[in-house]
Amino acid sequence: MLDRYELLRLIEHNARLTQPELAVMLGTTEEAIAAELEQLHNDDIILGYTTVVNWEKTKRESVTALIEVRLTPQRDKGFDKIAQHLYRYPQVTSCYLMSGGFDLMLIIEDSTLREVASFISNKVAPIEGVVSTATHFILKKYKSNGVVFEDKPVDRREAVIL
Amino acid sequence: MLENSNDYLSEQVRAIPPSAIRRFFDLANEMKGEVISLSIGEPDFVTPWHIREAGIYSLEQGYTHYSPNQGYLELREAINEYMIRRFSLSYDPKTEILVTVGGSEAIDLTVRALINPGDEVIIIEPCFVAYKATVVMARGVPVIVTTTADNNFKVKAEDIEAAITDKTKLLMIGYPNNPTGATMSKEELASIAAVLERYPHVLILSDELYSELSYDENGHCSLASFPALYDRTIIVNGFSKAFAMTGWRIGFACGPETFLSAMNKIHQYCIMSSPSTAQYAAIEAARNGDKDTKDMCAEYNRRRRVIVHGCRQAGLTCFEPFGAFYAFPGIQGLGIDSETFCERFLTEKKVAIVPGNAFGKCGEGYVRISYAASMENIKEAVVRLTEFVNVIKNEEKHK
Repeated sequence: MLDRYELLRLIEHNARLTQPELAVMLGTTEEAIAAELEQLHNDDIILGYTTVVNWEKTKRESVTALIEVRLTPQRDKGFDKIAQHLYRYPQVTSCYLMSGGFDLMLIIEDSTLREVASFISNKVAPIEGVVSTATHFILKKYKSNGVVFEDKPVDRREAVIL
Repeated sequence: MLENSNDYLSEQVRAIPPSAIRRFFDLANEMKGEVISLSIGEPDFVTPWHIREAGIYSLEQGYTHYSPNQGYLELREAINEYMIRRFSLSYDPKTEILVTVGGSEAIDLTVRALINPGDEVIIIEPCFVAYKATVVMARGVPVIVTTTADNNFKVKAEDIEAAITDKTKLLMIGYPNNPTGATMSKEELASIAAVLERYPHVLILSDELYSELSYDENGHCSLASFPALYDRTIIVNGFSKAFAMTGWRIGFACGPETFLSAMNKIHQYCIMSSPSTAQYAAIEAARNGDKDTKDMCAEYNRRRRVIVHGCRQAGLTCFEPFGAFYAFPGIQGLGIDSETFCERFLTEKKVAIVPGNAFGKCGEGYVRISYAASMENIKEAVVRLTEFVNVIKNEEKHK
């Protein structure tokens, strides 16, 4: 019996596993894997595949910021309309409704600090319903999307252990 | 250097069989760090953080003194709860459980507590190298019963019966098995139990270190769960493989009070007590480590399928193992022996696997591939194995 959750956890961690590889790892047939993946796509459980990139190691400048946004809810619409307005911007890579001291969490990726600051003051803050924002810049990524960014661990075990 | 210093060594030590794969060992050690190591009989996982944290906390609190000889009572109680929960077996924490320095010490204690010079001990090969050495050191007589690929390396009841004499004291049996990965179901063990019931003078040491690494849907069954054998069986188990705690050196033995207290007698003089820090970590493992074991087991299972599939695709025969983290494919028909196969695979393809004859003469013609390694390394090793087998086959064809 193919375990859907085991399949999802595997491809969430490594989207490049091929269907034949998944079939062997999960002890099933390629047809069963293909059918399950199709169903998962149809049910909007799998929404996309991404790659985890360590931009720090490229020559391209990149800045990531976490923005806390406080809102007044819009009549009849709650927070959804504002969230939609914000996440349509391509530099908003994530947008979450939060519990606690603020309402929306945005993750913004842009090329410079100035561009992020400009985006917030020109595009986010002026929106009707936005009460205030608080911007936090990421200084160093240790781990992101389940991937550790620091140097890979070395196998310290002895050469042969019977 | 003292002249003729070897002459001073005890007879028992000199009787310990030398490694059958000394050459390979030396070569692998030289090349360590440059190769993909599928030669390692310990988990690649690190001990789960909450277990490490329990050990660290105990140090911070200053728990650095000797524990009671037998091990902290709290740990022995946790072990009993664990054995009930996982294997439906119960042992009195006060008298029937001993905390040891790894499963290795428990095996040694069992043999030393029971074996008189000349006592016969049935050992099922291929098996962990320590069994024979321990018996020889105790001046016992190893009686080898072999298992074969055509029976998926499960031991046959009739072979055990044929090996029993009136001098037989102990049967050493270990499933899931190192090096083959073989397991035995409850039904299969029942036929062994039926034989043993007819020979009540034979005691049983059941090495169950790999009991958590069982990929059969029915899970692990212990010989001790057969009522007629419960009072004659000493179970050796531990935390090394199940919880990735190899370096902590923490294991345990469970069994009847007479045997366990004899083992404790030896233990208290030789070792005093097992490491205290390891015991505190083990309490956390036994009580709260079930999920970690399950997750590690699921990952090993995926790797197992990839390795077995890969060996077969490469052209080797490979029975499907349902336990531990080893595959034991055969290299018959390739025209070279196990040690040469492994040496050449190491030097030519930079992958280390262990010759099967390291685990007994009947392991000749086989190799042990450990899948306690990352999926990436396993996949790459399979690619190189396929290439290497083709090279050997071509050489054989043109001979």
